[in-house]
Amino acid sequence: MIMKQLEEKIFKVIMICAAIVILGVLVFIISTVFYKGLPALTLDMITKLPGGGFYLGKEGGVLNAIAGSVYIILGALAISIVISVPLVMYINFYLPLNSFFSAAIRFSLDILFGIPSIVYGAFGFALMVYLGVRASLLGGILTVAMLIMPIMMRSFDEITRLLSHDLPDALLSLGATKFEMVKVLMRQLMPGLVTAILLAIGRGIGDAATVLFTAGYTDNIPASLNQPAATLPLSIFFQLGSPVEEVQNRAYASAIILTVIILILSFSARYFSSKFSKNKI
Amino acid sequence: MRRLRAVKDKTARYFMLGIAIFTILFLLAIGLSLFFKALPIMKEKNLWVLLTSSDWKPFKGDFGFLPFILSTFYVSLIAIIIALPFSILTSIYLNSYASKTVKRFFEPVIDLLSGIPPVIYGIWGTLTIVPLIANKIAPVFVEFSSGYTVLAGGIVLAVMIIPLLISIMVEVFRSIPKEMIDASLSMGATRWQTVKKVILRKSISGIIAATVLALSRAFGETMAVLMVCGNITQIPHSIFDACYPLPALIANNYGEMLSLPSYESALMFSAFLLFIIVVLFNGISRFTLNQIEKRYQF
Amino acid sequence: METNETITLKKLINSQSIKIENLDVYIDTQHILKDINLTIPEKSITCIIGPSGCGKSTFLKTLNRMHDETPEVKISGKVFVDDENIYDPHVNVIDTRKKMGLLAQRPCPLPMSIFDNVAYGPRIHGIKRRKALNQTVIQYLQYVGLWDEVRERVRTSATRLSIGQQQRLCLARGLAIEPEYILGDEATSALDPLSTKKIEELFIKLKEKYTIILVTHTLRQAKRIADYIIFMYLGQIIEAGPTEEFFNNPKKQLTRDYLSGSFS
Repeated sequence: MIMKQLEEKIFKVIMICAAIVILGVLVFIISTVFYKGLPALTLDMITKLPGGGFYLGKEGGVLNAIAGSVYIILGALAISIVISVPLVMYINFYLPLNSFFSAAIRFSLDILFGIPSIVYGAFGFALMVYLGVRASLLGGILTVAMLIMPIMMRSFDEITRLLSHDLPDALLSLGATKFEMVKVLMRQLMPGLVTAILLAIGRGIGDAATVLFTAGYTDNIPASLNQPAATLPLSIFFQLGSPVEEVQNRAYASAIILTVIILILSFSARYFSSKFSKNKI
Repeated sequence: MRRLRAVKDKTARYFMLGIAIFTILFLLAIGLSLFFKALPIMKEKNLWVLLTSSDWKPFKGDFGFLPFILSTFYVSLIAIIIALPFSILTSIYLNSYASKTVKRFFEPVIDLLSGIPPVIYGIWGTLTIVPLIANKIAPVFVEFSSGYTVLAGGIVLAVMIIPLLISIMVEVFRSIPKEMIDASLSMGATRWQTVKKVILRKSISGIIAATVLALSRAFGETMAVLMVCGNITQIPHSIFDACYPLPALIANNYGEMLSLPSYESALMFSAFLLFIIVVLFNGISRFTLNQIEKRYQF
Repeated sequence: METNETITLKKLINSQSIKIENLDVYIDTQHILKDINLTIPEKSITCIIGPSGCGKSTFLKTLNRMHDETPEVKISGKVFVDDENIYDPHVNVIDTRKKMGLLAQRPCPLPMSIFDNVAYGPRIHGIKRRKALNQTVIQYLQYVGLWDEVRERVRTSATRLSIGQQQRLCLARGLAIEPEYILGDEATSALDPLSTKKIEELFIKLKEKYTIILVTHTLRQAKRIADYIIFMYLGQIIEAGPTEEFFNNPKKQLTRDYLSGSFS
């Protein structure tokens, strides 16, 4: 009798330790980045383009990368919203409940979600070669769109599925066409879409492997879709590769910028999704 | 007016149908295009030789993928071995023991861990894990290690797949009917006895599916692993050797080697290989997880 | 309503086994059970009836402390089982539960073989010897009349049994922890009439050895098998007494209304 209660206690302690280790690692990662990067973090970092001797440790900032990342993510978002929203509406409100087709779509979304970003990068690049597009803002946008589309679709679909079927039925019984019904429902699903978008941004903005071959790299802010675009994760990666210590330190500072962006995105996504489901874990 | 409404409705419907079909075909398109890009090298060399040879001299036309395949495998295996106990214990804790407050506190922790970009993980790995291995861990076992090793890749990767494992396992544990847990508790079983004999037993397929899914995520992870595992073309003989996983191979060389057609095709072959493995692993585990979800919905 | 009146069956019988004093149960801020005072007679079947949502199931769960698992539930008052208040801080919840065999609404076999289901209780309470386990399992499977039906496949998964068989298996599993009490929470509501009959017959057989407390959803079932009836309404005990007296000569207007089907 004593034995099993002792066992209970021991395992509870082990489990709590495991949870604390995981929490500790998160704190460790974030504090490492901040500890190394804070000394080099200046306002110039986010307001200036790389200056002449930037890669030797001189003047400048990573505005090129911030702008490039923002451009790419905005473009990718536009594409994926236009495709995701109709798809999610279709599988939830047009196809019959539990239809084989919707199951097949959801299944392929699951798989697309699991495809590594490097494969998207390679596929995107192959596609660009085929179409005769050089590494550019456009290429980056297209590839990142491929990466974030399944993420957006899955999380938006998950939230849409939670919507009760009373409202759709009520609308249909009023004589609305399905399309009109969907338009009304979209208003209600807005926070869900916002969550999905925030998640997609978080994933898209931090990924380096997709844009590695497809977006190129530049010290300037791209002025058109055909020009190459720098991105924040790649900028961090390249600066890290430099032998100059100042440049490395600026990589850490850039990492802070990226981390802060992710923190903001993650918390706001949770804020919006908490409006839907109370306790997800 | 009514006509217009009907037309609008119909147009929207076909547009949506088109997108739906496109989504399914997209997967096929990726696979096919990678396959055709990889075809030249598969024609040129025996597939068996490509997979089992360890001669990698692209400029001489030798493409043996074994070092890269084994590197990928070892790094992922170590990641799973490290991540699995932590994930299982934490998910059980969150599912069966933790109070609501703790659960609510842990949700953003998992969110953040899965949201942190690979590059940041890479930085963390190079700054902390690599020196730790080089200075503290490796000297105990081997004479010298740079720290950029299989082990470093495995540890960084473990942290990256933990949030995925936990979020799926918590789902799996939650799908167990409460009546079943109550039945065990009402007979005077302790919580841990219930976990051990009922919950884990009932979730075994879900845990395996989650593991396979995490493994396939680990196979494809690029930047973070690339930054910490050394990137030396060799078959690693211990966890303190450097290694060179497939995604890192693609990332480091692709785009620059277009002048050498067979090299490009070889890199595409590795992307294709990655694609096939990931689709297979994902397919199996997602299918299992869907079945679990369906079975316990009532 | 006479909330403070102590309703007791004590005067009707000599022995007492479960005695409840001033029991109040809250879920969050909702007052679910209100000042319950009750004595449940030994070695007989006591049925708790009442409209759904009256607190029957909540009451049953207070007897084996299953509310411990939900932190929102607050309990005050005393529940004496064998003269020991089970809500006393020093009482081990596991010992309490071991005294109570619970039969849930839906049969819920554990994810293991038929044999392991019945052996589960003895195993967690420390019995390891194979011979003893074998004996226990066969004995209780025989007791619920399942042994002949499953003797060839005791090592196969319990989920393949019919739902009626599953419920008898759950009963056998509950009996195998050697309880003194059997709690049934609408234990036949998911079953077909034939299986229901089998379970009811088992209850009648079991009351020679065990004290049985059943929450039931049908008045007819209560009439068929109960020795004593407790009628609950909105978290209070309205009336309690021997079955015949209760049905033939109810004392309260509310009871008469309920029995005549004015509300349910």
